[in-house]
Amino acid sequence: MTAVTTTTAVPAAQAQELPQVRRRRRLSPGRRLPAARLVGPLLVLVLWAAASAAGTLDTSAVPAPWTVLRTAGRLWTDGTLSTDVLTSLKRAAYGFAIGLAAGVLLALAAGLSRTGEALIDGTVQLNRAIPTLGLIPLFILWLGIGETFKVAIIAIVVYVPVYLNTHAALAGIDSRYVELAEVQGLSRLAFVRQVVIPGALPGFFVGLRLGVTGSWLGLVVLEQINATSGLGYLMFQAQNYGQTDVILVGLLIYGVFGLVSDSAVRLVERRVLSWRRTLSS
Amino acid sequence: MAPHTEQLTRPAVRLAGLTRSFGGRTVLDGIDLELPAGQFTALLGHSGSGKSTLLRAIAGLDHGVAGGGRLTAPERVSVVFQDSRLLPWRRVLDNVLLGTDGKDAAERGRAALAEVGLKGRERAWPGELSGGESQRAALARSLVREPELLLADEPFGALDALTRIRMHALLRDLWQRHRPSVLLVTHDVDEAIVLADRVLVLDRGRIGLDLTIDRPHPRSYREPVLGEYRERLLAALGVTEDHQ
Repeated sequence: MTAVTTTTAVPAAQAQELPQVRRRRRLSPGRRLPAARLVGPLLVLVLWAAASAAGTLDTSAVPAPWTVLRTAGRLWTDGTLSTDVLTSLKRAAYGFAIGLAAGVLLALAAGLSRTGEALIDGTVQLNRAIPTLGLIPLFILWLGIGETFKVAIIAIVVYVPVYLNTHAALAGIDSRYVELAEVQGLSRLAFVRQVVIPGALPGFFVGLRLGVTGSWLGLVVLEQINATSGLGYLMFQAQNYGQTDVILVGLLIYGVFGLVSDSAVRLVERRVLSWRRTLSS
Repeated sequence: MAPHTEQLTRPAVRLAGLTRSFGGRTVLDGIDLELPAGQFTALLGHSGSGKSTLLRAIAGLDHGVAGGGRLTAPERVSVVFQDSRLLPWRRVLDNVLLGTDGKDAAERGRAALAEVGLKGRERAWPGELSGGESQRAALARSLVREPELLLADEPFGALDALTRIRMHALLRDLWQRHRPSVLLVTHDVDEAIVLADRVLVLDRGRIGLDLTIDRPHPRSYREPVLGEYRERLLAALGVTEDHQ
């Protein structure tokens, strides 16, 4: 940046009348801080550790970070934690996979044919109106209190946002692109593969991320009220014995699950929708 | 493709008593028209005069529009829209090849891109192209199908004046090299005069004026003789130049 002062080019007589250009006050927040997303959580952690070390926190209500870590280590070495984590992961994974597949298939059926839309869309919208967790008592009576019912509830929690967003994206495909496909003489299959599905992917990913979040939410609720194993059960029992450190271990693991799965979806999304970066950058 | 001027006598498009109406309002009111093969025709008209309706009817894109009449058009028809209509999730070459297959498709796509001056941009995303480049890519997409009839619906309407002039030259060159029949819908009288052999003015659903422009190509906007055509066309469009 060289010529910042523009007044030098102006004759002296005019320079007296015209004010020198000053840069406007910046209203945008400016440049992003490095590792901005980690700053807040790290600060919380530091405050937590400091307060624990100073003894200002009631350790029975909020145990120190190192107590939580030690408890996690103990639970892991005696094998209870790994079994519980595995059980929880399995439930979430099965439920998520079934919900994802159902959501995508139903959205495709409803989005690509008028018959499918008539049969499916209204039904799903009705299903959506009923809070899925409210179905728990009915599902327990139908499927028993075993794994099947838990997987079924998680699958429903997942399929609803996946279906809704994917279907909306399929139905909202730009009519100009439909016209283009007609002009270019695309077959129906080629139209679906090359125009409809790529066009609906951004909407699908919105649904996918909501579905991932939903699967963890469903898991927590299910395990804390109707389970005899799993991470939620571990926390529920800890509540009975007043073990706040164990509860915090459970929350920590839930948090890691949520963070890792969301990052994974983001990563896939970035790869698949790489064309979008040209627009936002 | 060699120019086949001998085909000029054979009509590429034939319309007989073509009518179209939207919600009871007649937009095309019994149009009889023949477009000879290889001819460059421009279609002028006010907005709402039905020129896009006519183009869409010839392209077979008017699903569910009421109307009658006979209409014949060639097998291979390409359409260039006002917006480039590139699919943002396909790279430029893949956009050009949309709906084109065969072993040498990629080669033909590259050649078409080179022909419109986009050599080297094959792997670019549409979001990275300027407005003019996008429209060039759209032209390449229509060319790669070797159309017998090229329908263009105000293809340069969204471009700036300088880019538009360069695109006129490009379209003229492409037409002279490949010799498809062209129907260019536009509201720009100068564009029509500089490019077309024949200019039609659509007025209240009928062909109000059918003007042959018998001047060699390439034409300049400054040719004085073109001024006479301009005045006749403006008069047919109901515009009088009383500011002179």
